[in-house]
Amino acid sequence: MSQAATATISGPFAHNTNTVQRTMFTVVLALSPATLFNLYLFGWPSIFLFAVTIGACLATEAISLVLAGRPLWRTLTDGSAILTGWLLAMTLPPWAPWWIGVLGAVIAIPLAKQAFGGLGQNLFNPAMVARVALLVSFPVVMTAWIAPHPLFSDHSPGVQQSIAITFGGEMPDGVTAATALGYVKTELSRGVPVAESLTEYGRDTTLTYTPDLMDLATGYKPGSLGETSAVLILLGGLYLMRRRIITWHIPVTVLGTLFVMGTIFNLVDSSRFAPGLFHVFSGAAFLGAFFIATDYVTSPVSEKGQIIFGIGVGLLTWVIRTFAGYPEGMAFAVLLMNSVTPIIDQYTRPRLFGRTRKGEPLPIKVQP
Amino acid sequence: MKLFPIRGGIHPDYHKELSGECAIETLPLPAHLYLPVQQHIGAPAEILVSEGETVKKGQLIARRQGQISAPHHAPTSGTVIAVTEVPAPHPSGLSQLTIVLEPDGRDEWVTTLPEPIADPFAVPAEVLAERVADCGIVGMGGATFPSAVKLQLGIRHRIDTLLINGAECEPYLTCDDRLMREHADEIIDGARIMAYALGAGRIVVGIEENKPQAIAAITVAATAFPQIEIAALPVKYPMGSERHLTLAITGLETPARKLTADLGVVVHNVATARAIHQAVRFGRPLITRVVTVSGEGIRTPKNIEAPIGTQVNDLIAFCGGFAQRPERIIQGGPMMGTPLPNLDVPVVKGTSGILALTAAEINDRPSDPCIRCGSCVNICACGLTPVELAARIRHDDLEGAITLGLLDCVSCGSCSWVCPSHIPLVHYFNYAKGALAAQDREQRKLERTKTLVEANTARQERLAAQRAAARKPKAAPGGEVSA
Repeated sequence: MSQAATATISGPFAHNTNTVQRTMFTVVLALSPATLFNLYLFGWPSIFLFAVTIGACLATEAISLVLAGRPLWRTLTDGSAILTGWLLAMTLPPWAPWWIGVLGAVIAIPLAKQAFGGLGQNLFNPAMVARVALLVSFPVVMTAWIAPHPLFSDHSPGVQQSIAITFGGEMPDGVTAATALGYVKTELSRGVPVAESLTEYGRDTTLTYTPDLMDLATGYKPGSLGETSAVLILLGGLYLMRRRIITWHIPVTVLGTLFVMGTIFNLVDSSRFAPGLFHVFSGAAFLGAFFIATDYVTSPVSEKGQIIFGIGVGLLTWVIRTFAGYPEGMAFAVLLMNSVTPIIDQYTRPRLFGRTRKGEPLPIKVQP
Repeated sequence: MKLFPIRGGIHPDYHKELSGECAIETLPLPAHLYLPVQQHIGAPAEILVSEGETVKKGQLIARRQGQISAPHHAPTSGTVIAVTEVPAPHPSGLSQLTIVLEPDGRDEWVTTLPEPIADPFAVPAEVLAERVADCGIVGMGGATFPSAVKLQLGIRHRIDTLLINGAECEPYLTCDDRLMREHADEIIDGARIMAYALGAGRIVVGIEENKPQAIAAITVAATAFPQIEIAALPVKYPMGSERHLTLAITGLETPARKLTADLGVVVHNVATARAIHQAVRFGRPLITRVVTVSGEGIRTPKNIEAPIGTQVNDLIAFCGGFAQRPERIIQGGPMMGTPLPNLDVPVVKGTSGILALTAAEINDRPSDPCIRCGSCVNICACGLTPVELAARIRHDDLEGAITLGLLDCVSCGSCSWVCPSHIPLVHYFNYAKGALAAQDREQRKLERTKTLVEANTARQERLAAQRAAARKPKAAPGGEVSA
């Protein structure tokens, strides 16, 4: 490249106003409504965990950059580490202990991102690598979902108690609750048909907290920070589309496939298979479809590739939720599809102007 | 009329309002004119004048050499004060042989101008092509390919459509817009002459929709001629690219490594059409052109009809100088134009614009890592995967880059423009194209060396054989047989 280094710069001498930093912070902005709602819903412990996770991501990014001898400030402020931390925090149980966030950050940033060469080089979505590693290593802590304890409400833990929850690992009794997906899965394993457990979920008196239909819609229900409010996540996703940060291709295909698979199998056998709408509105389907699967770095670059990728994520999520041991499959599905992204990219390149798909010049056609 | 979609494309800030309403002004004769021998694609012209010689306006001062070349004419009367190396309007700042003319202020035309052709539709096409060649006309959209060569495409190809390119999709530039508004009749006449020379029955003038007055003026000028259609094109960069314009208007996609002429289509710029009108109807050689001088760095942006050879300095002074310190001076548009090394370089036949752009307008910043957002893939009008192409080039995999379409890239700059990481993608591609050209030259040199060595060996062997034969001429008859 010595020649290029000494030659004068080529055009263009105009540029649009977009930057990496602006892109990252637009995504953060889009996540904010759902995040704020959830931090309110789960109170101080969730706020502590959220702050610890993002702080740890920034700290590990900084350490990695120093060790790698790369420019610190420019990369640290590009918004990518904050976004990774933010997304990771949104997939954790809100009252999980502080070390879950720190360990997640250590897995996400130095291992899943910087070890691959930093921003843009990683094959797998860092937040999802961290979530899956934590989930398989600490299944109990990672599935300790709690019922909503809105800030300033009577049963919301105070700051002191919250410090004990997050930093002392003192989980109070009788606060955990099952997510809808988890409940249905457990019941099914006990032989209770899906249709029955679905109607039961709102009424089961053995559960400490049972959301009614309205709660399910507004997001007043147990789950991770990014799981509860599909409506606010959807709003954020639509905002990203409007700002042209993401296109419809991945979210629509992920949710569409999930819905179609759920609906078809539910029609075939409603005792074993949950309906399509249940799949779409439970778990972190919306967060995954709009914010996780759309991660630029780990998803295909062409629109056609993104459609294939989205269908794959939707399909795998449904398969894992339905047949595998885990109630929620989005993270696994995204990672599996991440691994085939380079192959999808290779086979979905656009056709070159004036050439056939195989790269041969087009035959000469003249005007009729 | 029915138009066809083109893939990708971008919508940059056009800034056309800076100069769009400024009528074309004629530049007063500058103190000196600098006329480089090469202002076109092809062989440089051969200089016919020497220092101290006086010339008249329109006089031939350098003649074309070979088929693909163009002659040059004196833009005004005056004295040749030097024939010397002067920095060329090229980013390298390299010099080239240039005729320096000092105008005498009388602006006297030479008496030996070619005769006007009163009825161009009654003369053979070759006569028209000859006239266009003699008048030094080259593609004025910026490509500067000798127009006469393109007019002769009708000999080997069956041409049915002539496209007149008035898209002017580059931001800032308004010279073609103004030409269409102010000289629509001349453009239409030039287009009819070209279509006749090519044997094309259909003429389509393509103009982007952001130039409604130009569309109106051309429509009025074309009303008398049913074979002329006007295509109001969607505003999208790079609509004015020859192949994309052809696709948008005719629906025909030019195959790789072929010409639009292979599809029966020839594309000429509006300014070229006007120059051809003047050459044919009045015998006037190409000695002036309209240049847009614009950008936030210019005090009063203008469209100026300037003699070829005017220094950029003189143009900028005519526009009131700089309003703010420009970051770069660009020749052409901001997307595909080239930076100028200094302000002493002249306006040449392909100079459509001189832009003084501020740092804010250029909005350049250091590159960040690629985040694979895919914007470059989605906006590429040629269907390339710029992100991957750049990666191959970074690893010096030129073969791989060719497979991915390196040579199908038209360098329109859309990918660099859209990249959120500000990666200079076009710079990579230009580097790779340059490296390929160098490899090619090296290869040809090797082959030539090999041929020469082989020829030399053969000659040496032949000489040795002759010497050997000469050494034993006295041998007895039949001796050679025994030996």
